[in-house]
Amino acid sequence: MVVTKKVDVTLIINGQTHNISVEPRRTLADAIREDCGQTGTHIGCEHGVCGACTVLIDGAPARSCLMFAVQADGKAIRTVEGLAEGGKLHPLQQAFMDCHGLQCGFCTPGFLMLATGVLEREPDISDEDLIDVLSSNLCRCTGYQNIIKAVRMAAEQMRSN
Amino acid sequence: MSAHHHDIKSWVGRSIRRVEDPALITGRGRFTGDLAAQRWVSFVRSPVASGRIKRIAPPPGATVMTASDLNGVKPIRPMLHKFNYIPICHPILADGVVRFMGEPVAVVIADTEEEAEDIAEKVELEIEETPPLIDARAAIGDGAPIVHHEAPANVIVEGRVKTPGFDEVWAGAAHIVSVDIRSRRQNALPLEPRGAHAAFDPMSERVTLTCSTQMPHLMRTAIADLVGIPESDLRVIAPDVGGGFGQKMSLTPEYVALVWLAKQLRMSVAWTEDRRENLIACFHSRDQYVTLQGAFSADGKLMALSADVLANIGAYSCFPTTCAVEPLMAMAEMPGPYDVRAYACHARGVVTNTCPIAPYRGVSRPVITFALETLMDKAAKTLSIDPVDLRRHNLITTFPYTSATGLVFDDASYRETMELAVAALDIPGFRHRQGEARKSGRYLGLGIATFSERTGYGTPAFAARGMEITPGWEVVDLSMDPSGRVEARIGASPHGQGLRTTLAQIVADQIGIDPSKISVVHGDTDRTPYGFGTFASRSAVIAGGATLLAARKVRGKLVQIAARLLEADAAEIELEDGAAKVKGTNRFLPIEQVARAAYHKAHLFTDLGPGLSETASYDPAGTFSNACHAVIVEVDVGTGGVKIERYIVAEDAGRLINPMIAEGQIHGGVAQGIANALYEEIVYDDTGNILTTTLADYLPPTSHEIPAIEIHHLETLTGDTLTQAKGLGEGGAIGAPAAIINAINDALSPFEISMSEIPATPQRIHAALQQSGKWS
Repeated sequence: MVVTKKVDVTLIINGQTHNISVEPRRTLADAIREDCGQTGTHIGCEHGVCGACTVLIDGAPARSCLMFAVQADGKAIRTVEGLAEGGKLHPLQQAFMDCHGLQCGFCTPGFLMLATGVLEREPDISDEDLIDVLSSNLCRCTGYQNIIKAVRMAAEQMRSN
Repeated sequence: MSAHHHDIKSWVGRSIRRVEDPALITGRGRFTGDLAAQRWVSFVRSPVASGRIKRIAPPPGATVMTASDLNGVKPIRPMLHKFNYIPICHPILADGVVRFMGEPVAVVIADTEEEAEDIAEKVELEIEETPPLIDARAAIGDGAPIVHHEAPANVIVEGRVKTPGFDEVWAGAAHIVSVDIRSRRQNALPLEPRGAHAAFDPMSERVTLTCSTQMPHLMRTAIADLVGIPESDLRVIAPDVGGGFGQKMSLTPEYVALVWLAKQLRMSVAWTEDRRENLIACFHSRDQYVTLQGAFSADGKLMALSADVLANIGAYSCFPTTCAVEPLMAMAEMPGPYDVRAYACHARGVVTNTCPIAPYRGVSRPVITFALETLMDKAAKTLSIDPVDLRRHNLITTFPYTSATGLVFDDASYRETMELAVAALDIPGFRHRQGEARKSGRYLGLGIATFSERTGYGTPAFAARGMEITPGWEVVDLSMDPSGRVEARIGASPHGQGLRTTLAQIVADQIGIDPSKISVVHGDTDRTPYGFGTFASRSAVIAGGATLLAARKVRGKLVQIAARLLEADAAEIELEDGAAKVKGTNRFLPIEQVARAAYHKAHLFTDLGPGLSETASYDPAGTFSNACHAVIVEVDVGTGGVKIERYIVAEDAGRLINPMIAEGQIHGGVAQGIANALYEEIVYDDTGNILTTTLADYLPPTSHEIPAIEIHHLETLTGDTLTQAKGLGEGGAIGAPAAIINAINDALSPFEISMSEIPATPQRIHAALQQSGKWS
């Protein structure tokens, strides 16, 4: 078959180093999930449309299904598993709970990482721009309103912290 | 009706946070695709819609199985005993013939998923193509290709109803109004596609199938039957399931193949569906034509309804409901919330060379409500009556009401929800604004849709359809352990609905403990009693009712034991705040001590029996929730694009156990209804090839397209369910297409356009404007 020679890659996920050996064609999403065992990042389409696989790479949201693991070699990757610190939920996680921003929870890690990346860079983002940014990802359960509400609530909280 | 008058101490009625959330927001959810496996499979799928398989040639050295390898595995053969249903077989892998693009013809087994996919691409298929049949109307036309030889006319289910004296009523009507509508094909589109992991345990010789399903127990029954093993040799687990909406309630051949492979290979085997497979080969929905005629008196009373329903059911019938569910539900519920005594309907399901159709949120009612509510608007125009007045004149207002098809409607608020929605809209104000906007070439429109949603129905409703498998009841096993913690084991199988939280609220009120001390276990056939899973807006009503009954039994026993331990009369014992208290005194026992006594001092209560485990079942006749959706849209006549300016839902689902969760269901349902009305469509070309194979083509709406939804609640406390709750999971999706199309038609009334097809895409609206001759 077309199995190609594996290459060594170092992924730094939530501050932890994973030395893995993968085929060059292996997507970052598959590597995070299968080679590093971090299954909180979900795969919904593998076409870069749904955003369920969104992670932060050097602080910027990225579709991990559209990147190869080798492209993330040595970069700082953040996933949903790294959001809560010291047993304390991130304000976005708390707001998603408080605002009922999730139902089945499959898209949630992607939305959390997308919103984290955006609010860290643009803490004062306008409501209009926020809806624009959140339209990057798909949710099938909530109709988005409670996700928007949750991100607004978390933004307020993060600004006051 | 009451609006939120709940006992302050009651857990029911409160918007408590969901117990499901902590794991899901921290990445600790467990979905099928998270499991590692020894082998991975990939399915080789038919690239054509119709043909005879001449040759399947795997690459050398590959492990590839075809139909002839599946020794002794039976085809899926869903069964209905009424309505001229013709049973057809659905092979696990195509057996000599392919009937739709995407049908599995072979399965590749390899060490990794990538390798399996590489091999699948190299399997050579030689298929002699035969003329495909794509459209339902073509299926009943002369000389149509035959999809299954058992059904030479392509009609595999057919129902007719005509009330006595119908023709006389029809002949006496002042006006006959008709609509001819079409709902194109949709995909329910859970964000997690299908997936299955089947693991053979050499010690017990059992297989554990972990899969993304809404019906774990029925999956076990069906797969054990087809593979030829006792049910006790198969354990089915539905772990976290990333949405279902109906698509994951039907049995898929892929899951059957996985169990068979795990048994053959004596190891673990996994499959994760990709999005393209989900769009072409997982169940589709809608795809119906409805011709609906209403006979009205001169003053606007609906005297008779006549319907013709033609449902494209795809290439195979779905298990367990059969494909009859769509046309037969349409036939039974077409009159909706209106009082009409004369009714005739002809409903058919036809096979075509397209992906099989299965229930999807709303099942037939989004389509029939679209037909009925556009008919009401058209009738209002024809009779020069205000559309709200026409509805006022015809909505059911006295209960119980027995419909022309024999359905018994319990207490509801059809008129009241409409009045609420209409009041919120401020129609006179809107009409003024609409007039002003038109002067500057902007087209605003207002639309409403009222509907009934039959929910929480037990075996009688399913038995009326003649289903071989008659679902309906639910069982709950509920126990308090010696430490005072409660576990409820349920046959329902939630996948996003927050049922663990709502059931815990019901139990908490009965046993007087905090919901955090109650766990609800579901989705594992080894751990839960047999049940039918979660679908048809049934779980809060049916599993909720069974939970209430089981909790009352455990409560009764706790009270008896506490009374004896506290030397009080049982009538004086109350359970609250985690204790058994003697009313009006300061005597109490922590509930843990009562629980411990039930297990460890059982010799003191020999008449009660040891322990604190009780079982209850519930099988209700059903109830009807109701709502009115009211929408304001703006149509861009240059592009044909539609923007929703305002969306109002006035709904009544009886008692709301957790209003936050109920509103979440409404939001999600409406979003899917908006998708149905404006955006989503599975498009086949004339050869039966699907053109919409990515989410960028299929167009599920984003946060841009879904507006804020303004919700008004009424709570008619039905006596027809134990919890006084009515189901509401599907309602949002039911009302939206009708309300939106009515709003579009109102906006475009200067052009005398009436959209009759969903989704009303910019292309369709633009084409209608051009054809109107009134727009340039």
